[in-house]
Amino acid sequence: MEMHSKKRIEILLEAPAQKRLTDLLDRLDVTGYTVMPVLGGKGHHGVWSREGLPSAAGTMVSVSVIAAEERLDQVLEPVFDLVRRHIGIVTISDVMVIRGERF
Amino acid sequence: MSILDLAVQNLASPMVLFFALGVAAALIRSDLAVPEAAAKLLALYLMLAIGFKGGAEVSKSGLDSAMALTIGAGILLSFLIPLAGYFFIRMSTRLGAIDAAAVAAHYGSISIVTFVAATEVVKGLGLAYEGYLIAVAAVMETPAIVAALLLARRAQPKGQAGESMGALLREVATNGSIVILVGAFFIGWITGERGMSMISPFIVDPFRGILCLFLLDMGLVAGRGLRQGARELSPPLIAFGIYFPLVSASLAAALAVPLGLSVGGAALFITLAASASYIAVPAAMRLALPEANPAIYLTLSLGVTFPFNLSLGIPLYAAVAQRIAG
Repeated sequence: MEMHSKKRIEILLEAPAQKRLTDLLDRLDVTGYTVMPVLGGKGHHGVWSREGLPSAAGTMVSVSVIAAEERLDQVLEPVFDLVRRHIGIVTISDVMVIRGERF
Repeated sequence: MSILDLAVQNLASPMVLFFALGVAAALIRSDLAVPEAAAKLLALYLMLAIGFKGGAEVSKSGLDSAMALTIGAGILLSFLIPLAGYFFIRMSTRLGAIDAAAVAAHYGSISIVTFVAATEVVKGLGLAYEGYLIAVAAVMETPAIVAALLLARRAQPKGQAGESMGALLREVATNGSIVILVGAFFIGWITGERGMSMISPFIVDPFRGILCLFLLDMGLVAGRGLRQGARELSPPLIAFGIYFPLVSASLAAALAVPLGLSVGGAALFITLAASASYIAVPAAMRLALPEANPAIYLTLSLGVTFPFNLSLGIPLYAAVAQRIAG
């Protein structure tokens, strides 16, 4: 099967800033993104868990975007500019997709 | 009833004991947990119920100038309390300006669950209260955030304070908890006694039980926060979490008499001023002042001030109201 090489940008971000990130991705005209809840974890600010919290503060979400390599910097720079002030991690990995024309 | 009797009666109430159970369960690392979606639903229920009851009360008592004056006093307090709080924190602790402003915002804003718990104490004393205090609670959420941002901007390097105040306030004002509280208030106001009789089996009868479940969850979150975040709190900061609500309560008590509030109303108005937010403001601070450490303001507000108000503060505010108002 023919596969196409793309980049996956994964942004683990504190939940209150999620709307800002997805609004930014909309403005950047990315072809799509996926938002996933994250159960809990441990980082620079200690252990965290979404259990029992009535507020978005203290919870995290994961947003993943698949983009063509030539668009990577165009998306990454404004995204990192937003994430820099918040609790979050941005990672980039190589992925293979089947329908290359979609990204 | 003496302050001591009131405090003992309050400490032995199911609400306070379920909160204590939650704290204890978290401290002994029990796997007892309330799922996040259930916690959000419980909070929605409490805000819907308290908002509706307040609106229904206003439809019975009608509008008067006291309502407008009390709303104005609430806005003023919510703006002034963070300024005082910031001053106390900067004088007595080593917190930086940004963290101090973020903590101050929590103390100027209100905790609707502390208010709900206080309504139970007021009702237990056989006292009535002005339904429009729900509207006062709603307007006291945001001015504190404005005050804190103004304080923080003085300390931020130029160019970093890029947050648009207008955009942030829109986000806070359209926050789900405020929309449901204010919306339910208006629905209660419009539908009045007829509406109340239609949904009272849902919003009156199960209210205390659901409040117990929510407080159990708050105890679990507070206990977890204390276990993990206690090292962020210095003794002067913990002391602030206990004495500063009394400072805010004194300011509100001084206003409650000229406002002509009833004894129950004065107790709730004082409680609003003394309470510290842990739902709306933490989320707003993550957007407005992301450099501030959330472990400090969340642990202080939910782990220190909320239990203090729930156990000793509310009976004290009710006792003060009994002496000054009515």
